[in-house]
Amino acid sequence: MALKGRLEDFGITQLLNLINLARKTGTLYLEGAQKNSYLCFREGKLIYAALEGVEDSLPVILQRANVFTAEQVRMIQTNMAGRTDRDIAQVLITSGRLQQQVVVKSVRDAILDLVYQIFSWHEGQFRFEPSKLPVQGKITTSIALENVIMEGSRRVKEWERLQDELPDLDIPLKFAERPTTPLRDVNLSVEEWRVISFVNPSNTIRQIAQFNNMSELQIRKIVYSLLQAGLVEIIRPPRPTVAPASARQVPEGMPQPTAAQMQRPAVKRGIVQKLISRIREL
Amino acid sequence: MQTLKIVVTGPFSSGKTELIQSVSEIDVVSTERKISQEAERIKQQTTVAMDFGRITIDDELILYLFGTPGQRRFDFMWEILSEGMLGFVVLVDSTRPETFREARRILDTFRSYSPVPYIVAANKQDLSDAWPPEDLRIVLHVEPGVKVVPCVATDRESVKEVLLELLYSILELVDEE
Repeated sequence: MALKGRLEDFGITQLLNLINLARKTGTLYLEGAQKNSYLCFREGKLIYAALEGVEDSLPVILQRANVFTAEQVRMIQTNMAGRTDRDIAQVLITSGRLQQQVVVKSVRDAILDLVYQIFSWHEGQFRFEPSKLPVQGKITTSIALENVIMEGSRRVKEWERLQDELPDLDIPLKFAERPTTPLRDVNLSVEEWRVISFVNPSNTIRQIAQFNNMSELQIRKIVYSLLQAGLVEIIRPPRPTVAPASARQVPEGMPQPTAAQMQRPAVKRGIVQKLISRIREL
Repeated sequence: MQTLKIVVTGPFSSGKTELIQSVSEIDVVSTERKISQEAERIKQQTTVAMDFGRITIDDELILYLFGTPGQRRFDFMWEILSEGMLGFVVLVDSTRPETFREARRILDTFRSYSPVPYIVAANKQDLSDAWPPEDLRIVLHVEPGVKVVPCVATDRESVKEVLLELLYSILELVDEE
């Protein structure tokens, strides 16, 4: 089933987060306001990206990375016309003109540069084609999306959007129970580390901002990126129970229940079973 | 006579009225008005007060289904409708990602009203461009342990499954006591 929609409604950060968490394999096609692009993923990792108008052949990528000069690139293109990037890389590496890690790093940097450009797209259409990977002959890599999301989120400047995503600052944070990546493998900025150091169920986001002398905008940006990267989670109200209202106790420090909570009916097993039987019969 | 209440909520035009109509034994008592705002003219009418459906369980027990008004400006009704509810269903139109953020807000709001069991029903799963329930779980930040079930609000059997899944969740909590 293809996922599709508008970037106005479902942004790049959210899409990457979904692909990461769902460990998706396939290609995300983006039709921006001015350009088109596609990003390929395997098991939730970014493996390739292309952007309309940006030359993505290996020699050009290596030139942009200052590995080769324009003249060297012209020679390679002439001598190896018609060959795929993989073939070119193999020839250059086996001939000793290039180290494999240089190729890998250059391709990786090129892909990331491109993806970060796409983060600024807030208008357009997207669709995700599962299992489709148009990367034949291309050099692919495997980039964990957590860092990409972190960096991309840093570039998201829309204050309104942040406010929309995180309307309430008077709630605490906790570390994710099952983070998608170990904290030591994530590149955090100094400011993000300062926030991380105060993450504790007893501190609200607003208090963390006050401790660090941060504005609402700063703290929203940082918390938003940490949430999107799956490093921290908002502490939700406790899981529901069906204890009678009179027997329910409010933990210290938690808000008192509203009238609606007090009036919730206690329900017996037999009654729920009656409901189930009746609905099955409908 | 004992009455119980399940609330069906969700963004504007997510299919709440259709869901209740599919299983109610009475014609749904619905207060609908012609849409006035341009941005909300996806359908001709919308629910401005509430939908009200009924399922008689036996001589002494009735289950009421209440649908919340879909438009945000009527959200003052939500807390009133949530009073005393047994549980709630958050209905999401799986084909309209532009409503997912609103669905998240509604979910958080209802969760704060009352600590009762709830499920998310991913409507319009019969359409080819519907987002799968497992993806909706991620984008709506649904907690592990809370069900996200596929649904077609106009299909009686599908709606029965939604209600049953909610009741199973309630039963699980009763058994945990």
